[in-house]
Amino acid sequence: MATATEQWVLVEMVQALYEAPAYHLILEGILILWIIRLLFSKTYKLQERSDLTVKEKEELIEEWQPEPLVPPVPKDHPALNYNIVSGPPSHKIVVNGKECINFASFNFLGLLDNPRVKAAALASLKKYGVGTCGPRGFYGTFDVHLDLEDRLAKFMKTEEAIIYSYGFATIASAIPAYSKRGDIVFVDRAACFAIQKGLQASRSDIKLFKHNDMADLERLLKEQEIEDQKVKLKYKYKARIFLEESLSFGVLGEHGGGVTEHYGINIDDIDLISANMENALASIGGFCCGRSFVIDHQRLSGQGYCFSASLPPLLAAAAIEALNIMEENPGIFAVLKEKCRQIHKALQGISGLKVVGESLSPAFHLQLEESTGSREQDVRLLQEIVDQCMNRSIALTQARYLEKEEKCLPPPSIRVVVTVEQTAEELERAASTIKEVAQAVLL
Amino acid sequence: MANPGGGTVCNGKLHNHKKQSNGLQSRNCTKNGIVKEAQQNGRTHFYDKLIVESFEEAPLHVMVFTYMGYGIGTLFGYLRDFMRNWGIEKCNAAVERKEQRDFVPLYQDFENFYTRNLYMRIRDNWNRPICSAPGALFDVMERVSDDYNWTFRFTGRVIKDVINMGSYNFLGLAAKYDESMRTIKDVLEVYGTGVASTRHEMGTLDKHKELEDLVAKFLNVEAAMVFGMGFATNSMNIPALVGKGCLILSDELNHTSLVLGARLSGATIRIFKHNNTQSLEKLLRDAVIYGQPRTRRAWKKILILVEGVYSMEGSIVHLPQIIALKKKYKAYLYIDEAHSIGAVGPTGRGVTEFFGLDPHEVDVLMGTFTKSFGAAGGYIAGRKDLVDYLRVHSHSAVYASSMSPPIAEQIIRSLKHLMGMDGTTQGLQRVRQLAKNTRYFRQRLQEMGFIIYGNENSPVVPLLLYMPGKVAAFARHMLEKKIGVVVVGFPATPLAEARARFCVSAAHTREMLDTI
Repeated sequence: MATATEQWVLVEMVQALYEAPAYHLILEGILILWIIRLLFSKTYKLQERSDLTVKEKEELIEEWQPEPLVPPVPKDHPALNYNIVSGPPSHKIVVNGKECINFASFNFLGLLDNPRVKAAALASLKKYGVGTCGPRGFYGTFDVHLDLEDRLAKFMKTEEAIIYSYGFATIASAIPAYSKRGDIVFVDRAACFAIQKGLQASRSDIKLFKHNDMADLERLLKEQEIEDQKVKLKYKYKARIFLEESLSFGVLGEHGGGVTEHYGINIDDIDLISANMENALASIGGFCCGRSFVIDHQRLSGQGYCFSASLPPLLAAAAIEALNIMEENPGIFAVLKEKCRQIHKALQGISGLKVVGESLSPAFHLQLEESTGSREQDVRLLQEIVDQCMNRSIALTQARYLEKEEKCLPPPSIRVVVTVEQTAEELERAASTIKEVAQAVLL
Repeated sequence: MANPGGGTVCNGKLHNHKKQSNGLQSRNCTKNGIVKEAQQNGRTHFYDKLIVESFEEAPLHVMVFTYMGYGIGTLFGYLRDFMRNWGIEKCNAAVERKEQRDFVPLYQDFENFYTRNLYMRIRDNWNRPICSAPGALFDVMERVSDDYNWTFRFTGRVIKDVINMGSYNFLGLAAKYDESMRTIKDVLEVYGTGVASTRHEMGTLDKHKELEDLVAKFLNVEAAMVFGMGFATNSMNIPALVGKGCLILSDELNHTSLVLGARLSGATIRIFKHNNTQSLEKLLRDAVIYGQPRTRRAWKKILILVEGVYSMEGSIVHLPQIIALKKKYKAYLYIDEAHSIGAVGPTGRGVTEFFGLDPHEVDVLMGTFTKSFGAAGGYIAGRKDLVDYLRVHSHSAVYASSMSPPIAEQIIRSLKHLMGMDGTTQGLQRVRQLAKNTRYFRQRLQEMGFIIYGNENSPVVPLLLYMPGKVAAFARHMLEKKIGVVVVGFPATPLAEARARFCVSAAHTREMLDTI
């Protein structure tokens, strides 16, 4: 039965063929021939169109000269003749053979030289040796690391903390773990270089707002809201806050808890606080703390955490001891604030230099009041001041930046750092020295 | 097969294997050619045997079971997610704050799929905390989990004397304190633990200078510069060396730090197949002849990024061919010797010595101190103008703090030890012991019939396990027998090739290896 119907359909088809108009058949025939031709013709690659012969290719290879791997560097660049410090970079520092009072290292709480910290590091050295020989995932997690994470979480009153083995890598790995292509990040213009690198690695959209200007931030957020009517400082516009506290951890706040403690903000409101331990805690490395929901994600996706060796245990032990000291004497923070205020006032009246920075901050900049017009000239003038101060045994330094890479380059300046260990008369002496030198050089 | 975690490689790897085993024959022929050349040049070379690298293919039934295993895992994952959404099963993961529930979600749901379902079940095999020095034997803290690995609880007991096959302790220098570490103790007392400043500002100690001179001497190059962290060394110096308008040719299996550095630099990146010089040559030719993709301008620089020993494969880079290519096409070569410095070569100076080549031929030698030297940090070495340029322009020199003094002292001490400057030949002995251990271990494992990847001489030995279930069982079983191993699965390795990785060390004795 089936074959009969098939045959019958075939007969119908043949009939239709006979009955079709001629042009139709011809058109179809041409189309079929064209398809067959396309199928069999050789496909040509786009690149081969230039038709170079082998000989020409060899010539091209011969002729090509790459740029030198590195361009030559002028010999008198300051980085090549850096200051060599012999001995510990603590309160009294020996720079290039000369003993000075240290106003340049970020040793805010003076813990670099503390015997307790050193003893803790020594004990850990005896037990563990120096290195950890492995990333956190593969037997690189020591009990000291877990201890330190616990202590940091308790100190900052958050749920969890995670440690990185290098301060720069902390924020540069944390940002790309959360924000990828297609996300938007609102960044302060004056954000530090590590943050910029983290943003670059994350490939998100970046919108800059003026330094510390909340109105500008609000304007940007409004624009964004208009753009996508989805997102709507934080709860109004539903953004998340990441805070970077390398310089303020251990300095601001009554117990050294940083900016959140200083302003009395509930710490749960901030999604992530990142800081490095290299300034106040006199160790090396960095940490992030926040709620477990946020921090746990970094354990698998923070690149500087998963793919890099963990912090050497002696540095972790030193950090724990430093935390102990911080918890035991909360009075040093008030002392530090007092000293900051004192030197800030003392340096106010120098002609030719202006003080930039809040009176509470332990590191501030001295910029030229009127720039000479060229950055190099400014840098040289400031370097003069620094050198002369060094001759009078005050160690200062210029704030260094990579000029071509920074997004918003701040003007050149001298950075002055206040630590707990400097006495009042040393502060006075420093202030007067800087005044004299500035007057001598700039006038 | 559904790929959890948004993974990519599925079937690609099978074909790769075939190509490798075919390529092996042809590569042998070219190797012989190059060997003769080297002989004519009169250089002493180590190279009289062929490089034996094996990347055997797995039997088919194993692959089928592996994929089935992943498929079942994925199905279960979907089921449990479904149950969790409907509240049938308790969700143990940390959740968003109540006030922030209607924010833009912080993580994509699918990214965490793999984490929640497959990884959580076997999570106890990673992040095992230890409480002693990571030498040949160490103590592992015991953990138990009451709720299927969502949280862990330390029982307070310690498993003592576990044989360590996981830490990168190639020369056995990471050990408990003994008298020879006295110099470190002194440095710690004098210098303190940290350096609260960057290299450009106040952070260059005389210890750093001493260390840099020593590293340059060890490697036989003109100058070197050290940094505080190995990962950061790569990610911060590659952008300083190349920028837009340059081309980077990097190996398929390069480490994350190299990939990150390459991405941050803004140069165009092209990938060549792992250790495959034909693929590299083709890319080089195309690049030189045709220039940049759209504008057809010539490239400013071409940089080849390879590693000395690849950590997941255990293979050693085919250095002589790559150097020949580099000279012909005038490219620059950057070798990351993180795993090979101190571990490969007759006196431990890395892959250049292993092949008997002059280190001056490589433009940028980079390495880390974490693995063989038992400390932390990284270095870059090469010609003096290169190092000077990096001193000025490297991101980490300007913004990141310098290396901590006791760590620098430990590296100085180990370098002196290796070079024999402290009067003993123990350094050389360690290197030889490591080579012996490596060969013995690999031989025995092959006799026992396991599939092992990689070069005969590389101290990193991956043992293929394939099935996800086996991975977890293997690791737990070994821990019960007091051997600590490292198992790696997706996403660090391709989906179908989970493996256990052994790191042989000079501190292992033969009995320890036999036990394993």
